[in-house]
Amino acid sequence: MGAVHILRRNGGSRSFSHHLRAAGMPLLFLASILATLAIHRNFGAFDVQSLALGALPLAMAATAQAIVVISGGIDLSVGSMIAVSNVLSASLMQHASFRQSLGLAVLIIGLGAVQGAINGILIILSRIPDIVVTLTTGFIWGGVALLVLERPGGGAPSDFLEIGAGADLSPFLPNALLLLIVAVAVIWLPIRSSRLGLSLYASGSDSVAAFRSGVDPRLARILAYGLGGIFCAVGGVSLTMTTGIGAPLAGAYYTLSSVAAVVIGGVSLNGGRGGVLGPILAALLLTLLPMDLIFLNIDPNYGQVIQGTLIVLVVMVGGFAAFLQGRS
Amino acid sequence: MSAQAKLLLRVTGVAKRFGSVIALRAAELELRAGEIHALMGANGAGKSTLVKVITGEFPADAGEVTLAGNVTVFRSPAEARRAGIVSVYQDPALVPDLTIAQNMRLARVPLDAVRATMRELGIERLDLSRRAREIDYPHLRLIDLSRALASKPRILILDEITAALPADLSERVFAAVREWRRRGHSVIFISHRMAEVAALADRATILRDGVTVGVTATRDAEDKIVNMMLGAEVAKAAAAPQPRASAGIAPQAAPALELRGLTYGHALSGVSFRLGAGEILGIAALEGQGQQELFDCIAGVRRANSGEILANGRALELRHPADAIRAGLVLVPANRLHALLPQRSIRENVALSSLGTLGAWGPIAMRAERKRVESAVERLQIDKRASSEVRRLSGGNQQKVVIARWLAAEFRTLLCFDPTRGIDIGTKRQIYALLREVAGQGAAVLLFTSELPEIRLACDRAIVLFAGRISGEMPASEADEARLLRAAHGLAAPVRAEAPV
Repeated sequence: MGAVHILRRNGGSRSFSHHLRAAGMPLLFLASILATLAIHRNFGAFDVQSLALGALPLAMAATAQAIVVISGGIDLSVGSMIAVSNVLSASLMQHASFRQSLGLAVLIIGLGAVQGAINGILIILSRIPDIVVTLTTGFIWGGVALLVLERPGGGAPSDFLEIGAGADLSPFLPNALLLLIVAVAVIWLPIRSSRLGLSLYASGSDSVAAFRSGVDPRLARILAYGLGGIFCAVGGVSLTMTTGIGAPLAGAYYTLSSVAAVVIGGVSLNGGRGGVLGPILAALLLTLLPMDLIFLNIDPNYGQVIQGTLIVLVVMVGGFAAFLQGRS
Repeated sequence: MSAQAKLLLRVTGVAKRFGSVIALRAAELELRAGEIHALMGANGAGKSTLVKVITGEFPADAGEVTLAGNVTVFRSPAEARRAGIVSVYQDPALVPDLTIAQNMRLARVPLDAVRATMRELGIERLDLSRRAREIDYPHLRLIDLSRALASKPRILILDEITAALPADLSERVFAAVREWRRRGHSVIFISHRMAEVAALADRATILRDGVTVGVTATRDAEDKIVNMMLGAEVAKAAAAPQPRASAGIAPQAAPALELRGLTYGHALSGVSFRLGAGEILGIAALEGQGQQELFDCIAGVRRANSGEILANGRALELRHPADAIRAGLVLVPANRLHALLPQRSIRENVALSSLGTLGAWGPIAMRAERKRVESAVERLQIDKRASSEVRRLSGGNQQKVVIARWLAAEFRTLLCFDPTRGIDIGTKRQIYALLREVAGQGAAVLLFTSELPEIRLACDRAIVLFAGRISGEMPASEADEARLLRAAHGLAAPVRAEAPV
């Protein structure tokens, strides 16, 4: 009697807010594409490509941040890790062949995994909050990036740059977009659908319940930071591909922007909720927005204000949806 | 149950402390194959800690757990599960942001097996693709139980599983537990409800203050169990009840606080009582019987679903704690630091609540404040040696600062929720003497304490809460622990009879 009553009560009404949250980001992105087309009638292959090039490293950073936040942490060393793999690749590949560059890229991505795992291990061993540990390792990696390459420079074979900067299949499907899709599909999706992925979500959602369900939350934490490190390294290498050089200070932008992308993309900062698609679309959005404002001939300083205001609005709508969901 | 029945699990001399708090001193437990074994004890006796030690949630500081003759140390609940020991903890071990199906996969429990056990518990209609967050607490516990049963444990541990269940769902749990015994497995059953234990369990182990004080068959042993849970020293402590100092106060027409049919969700149903000026009314209850909700409703933290709260005969509309404070109802919580600014001085803390009144006097505010605060501090004999930061005071002195604050602001109805939790016996006495003095000057005091013997020491009258209803009322002189405890277990309660099947 009691059982049936309670079942019915919670049955129907979750759909609207639930779907608003799930579909919100793609809808928003679609709307901004339409707005862009309205503002900029000649929006063509070239613009699609510059959007993809501009957004690729941020999308990687957002993916890295999303994975860490989902597992219950936060990574403020994202930008510095991107900077390290950016300057490493640009300085090592400068005089390398295409094939050597591919090998170096794999090596640097492996190094990224180690960097990320170091964050996780330090957090587990020291029991110092994530935000403090990653802030300090961020300083360290930022310094390492400057040691590797003092000022912007370096380079890579043009064949290698083409992997990220070209558009081999279709002018409307730039390689950068393909690279993004492949990276997420190869690295994240298999983990997401395995028990390993569940354990990441579980330890971010409720680490005691996860522990009682047979998960080791400490391992999950290290795994999440390691994965984050991999995506940061991919982001750093793709930054080399899209810009052609290494820049030791370019990383700073990615730390806070990745947090913004994660928040806009519907990942709960409390952990356990969200995915990587939302943050990736948010990264595209965050790249598209300044482009639109330039098309509209708006003073870049106003542009900042407008961009910030829009982010706050989006997050508030997301919060409202979560509130509705919580009530139903 | 024959005496030769095989011993399945043996716990010897288990001790566990968390910082300065000793949860277990010397816990012993012997579980036979094929028995339902109740684990009993008052709040804080160490039952849940023992369960967590057995299932490897944390290691014991000392002692041994022997499973089927082998000494075992589990490093995680998952290891215990593999060895056939599964617990349904007090707080559900389901991850809120995962669906039920994902939760099962996370714990490596086959979904088909869970469906089968859910059918046995009558919750098979529950949608497995829903997130645990969206499911209410009673059903979460049943799902947790389904998952536990689906992993076919030889030892099933249920920690107060029926505490939040409506009667129909409880019956299904009992049926499942009996079925588990019939199949030759063992169950450790923790419950505060004596009738349940008597109807279900074969034997009971009783813990008091982290020590196993006895093992008994449960049939017709209710009084014996209650006595063991109580212990001798508690009986001694109750020796000298305080004389009522306020005997001379004339009963007023309208009580300082009156509740009429207060109902809040499932936690409180139809609670009514009157509290007169100059009176100290004690509330006794086991954990989670609605006392927290009762105080929250009166203090304006939660809004009751129905019923009335009256102060001095005037019906109140309490939307916010500030409404309650305006009506003269002020809370003294168990956790002092929730009520104080720990880094500020005694003076600032005491003055805090009366700033509104003092501010109105403009230039002379400082002098008025000092005078008022000093008289309050004086009266309460607060130890002033560490007056610059209240966090450096002892817990008892901090609690006095909270009370002093309300007195300085001239409030007249104190809602004290377990004010002596974790306070040494001497300061405890001082606080009770203080409450008595305050009452003697015409204040009304509503006092919940988790330590039953204190009711008799501190109060004029006592009411007992059980499952959200008043299950007993008695003058303090008759409120000995045995009587309170019986009522607190719902034994003397006319409202609800647990039907033994």
